[in-house]
Amino acid sequence: MINEIISMNGYGVYVWSAFSFTLTSFVTLYFVTKLQLSKEQKRFTSKFGSLNAKKAKVARLQNINKEILLNASKI
Amino acid sequence: MFKSFEPNKIFAITSKAPKYILFLFIIFLTVGLTEALILSPEDYKQGDAVRIMYVHVPAAWISLGIFSSLALLSVGSFVFKNKNFAIISKSLAPSGFIFNIIALVTGSIWGKPTWGTWWAWDARITSMLILALFYAMYLLAWRIYEDKDQVIKITSMIAILGAVNIPIIKYSVEWWNTLHQLPSINVLSNNSIDISMLIPLGIMTAAFALFSLLIFLMKYNTELIKVKNKGLDRL
Repeated sequence: MINEIISMNGYGVYVWSAFSFTLTSFVTLYFVTKLQLSKEQKRFTSKFGSLNAKKAKVARLQNINKEILLNASKI
Repeated sequence: MFKSFEPNKIFAITSKAPKYILFLFIIFLTVGLTEALILSPEDYKQGDAVRIMYVHVPAAWISLGIFSSLALLSVGSFVFKNKNFAIISKSLAPSGFIFNIIALVTGSIWGKPTWGTWWAWDARITSMLILALFYAMYLLAWRIYEDKDQVIKITSMIAILGAVNIPIIKYSVEWWNTLHQLPSINVLSNNSIDISMLIPLGIMTAAFALFSLLIFLMKYNTELIKVKNKGLDRL
């Protein structure tokens, strides 16, 4: 059974390489995108941390900024 | 008209959605792979090589769908002067490009056992390669140009110009005598594909669509945070 699935009547090398290429592309794209997202979140957190109290208060008025900080704290 | 789609309002949703989409994607992919590699029957002509269809066809469909969306959003960006359309387009493009590459590579792998060659300058394959070049130009333009208004204009023009290629890809197998087979699935008439192959193909297409949605949401959130980072600089 296992041998049949692996060899696929001689087409295994083509089928498995096509599926492997697809899954490898998925994993690579996912991790590259995740890395870019977390990098941007970290940059936002450090910029926010360097604001003075008055500017931080203004920035906090926007809900989206609060959401970004909340998400950044989870990574 | 587009106020409910403003980034400030939808970030709360787009930032939480990826984990649920990832969960759904893993379920669909697991079921799809089991169906495609084990449960679905082999083809009477192509044998087990037909299983490559379950990654090749969804990848081609989604890359075409995403590029069509880029063109529509670009027209929208010109007409409504809404910058959010440009952010959405920019976030969609990477997954569209990867799906385009997957379609080309898996098509090439499928070509060897069925046609006896890895590559042929056939109308369908060549037009898909041209689509990949348009995707590459689109993504490169976002990297090269720094002026926001200029880059939106240039990328929109690339997407609209590239959209001319979409009907050529779709009808290439009917207009020209190609190595590539005629479409087996037709929304308006009877399908020439058996239901035992149509089901795994549908599941794999759903899994691929979920993956492109996942990447889109992650890229979109990245772009929104970039905008907000610039906003902090201006405070």
